[in-house]
Amino acid sequence: MVIENAQYIKGIATNTNEVIKCSIDGVTVSVPLDPANRHYQEIQKWVAEGNTIAEAD
Amino acid sequence: MTKAAELAKMGEVLTNSQIGGRRNIIINGAMQVAQRGDVTGITGESYGGPDRFELTASNIGTFTVSQSSTAPTGFKNSYKVDCTTADASLGSEDLLRVAYRIEGQDLQQLAYGTSSANTITLSFYVRSNKTGTYNIQFQQADNSSKQAVVSYTISSANTWEFKTITVQGDTSGVINDDNGEGLILFWVLGAGSLFTSGSERSTYTAFSNGDVAPTQTVNLADNTANEWMITGVQMEVGEQATPFEHASSFGEQLSLCQRYYYQSAEDITGQLDGGSWHGHSINTTECFGSGNCFSGYMRATPTVVILDSSGATTGASLLGTGNTTGIVASLISNSGFAKISKSSGLTADREYQCHFTADAEL
Repeated sequence: MVIENAQYIKGIATNTNEVIKCSIDGVTVSVPLDPANRHYQEIQKWVAEGNTIAEAD
Repeated sequence: MTKAAELAKMGEVLTNSQIGGRRNIIINGAMQVAQRGDVTGITGESYGGPDRFELTASNIGTFTVSQSSTAPTGFKNSYKVDCTTADASLGSEDLLRVAYRIEGQDLQQLAYGTSSANTITLSFYVRSNKTGTYNIQFQQADNSSKQAVVSYTISSANTWEFKTITVQGDTSGVINDDNGEGLILFWVLGAGSLFTSGSERSTYTAFSNGDVAPTQTVNLADNTANEWMITGVQMEVGEQATPFEHASSFGEQLSLCQRYYYQSAEDITGQLDGGSWHGHSINTTECFGSGNCFSGYMRATPTVVILDSSGATTGASLLGTGNTTGIVASLISNSGFAKISKSSGLTADREYQCHFTADAEL
């Protein structure tokens, strides 16, 4: 699973991070912040390897 | 087997309650449902072809997975793996295998971790041009990946063969009663030397790389003429494989599969219509819809991919105008998503629509 360009997306009303926008194997996806989601789990491993999720704009 | 022995075995089956009620723990074992369609060019992990089955090709050639109409009598479909770029010389860490992952809460009848742990039997039809010995792993995600590893042999090329495999219950490994991975079945199709130094056994022991494929002789990646097909997959409690339990309807199997993967229409590259998501933009960055757009509750909050009317990802369509890119889904739950957004450039106070896929696979 190749993860690239991860960035949090923040809701205007809530001002909290809602999802992570990133490319997984070349496809842009919206990954929820759910520990049971397999892509979120892989992103956590990716971060543990030294990568960073960019803050929301 | 003599008639008396057959009757005795049948009595054992009845005693163990193998007949009656729902027996097959596997979803889509007849390979009827294939929402994603065929997938080509696989060099890593990928779902494709029949739902719930995933191919992993780790540094070992390139593959296509598809729903094939080649099947044994009584079935109409199979899961097919085709080698399209060969790798005849395996590196030590190369590995090719098909996975089927089962939620822990769907395995509580196995009573693992108790003195009453049940034996399970896996049965399936398999066919390949590559004869030889293949390994299957039964791996417990909740118990440091402890595993049982067994083998089967394909004796005749290009011929459907029926296989049954029995694994003893595990009295010490509790499978958590949750929506996480409880048990993973791996059909190994090729393995480098890192995975072949151990030994096979039908009881669970601690994970070791060498026990992943200890008696595997086949490398399905060694020629682009190679293919491997499987169908009629059934896993049940007991020591005896019973006849395959066909679903009552296609719709039943589709519904079960949609707990793990859902898409807004059968053809998500087609026209945006009643099967698509609709919402209304409140400003130039956010567009809200009704949510609750999945078919029932998914296993977990899914990963969502947004597609426009051309089938391009990250797109949505502004009604009457055309497609816009850079779209992200948010406010996602296990029953739907209520918002699409873009960093800038939406038209405020307009209707947007899109197709989508939602992935909550294990």
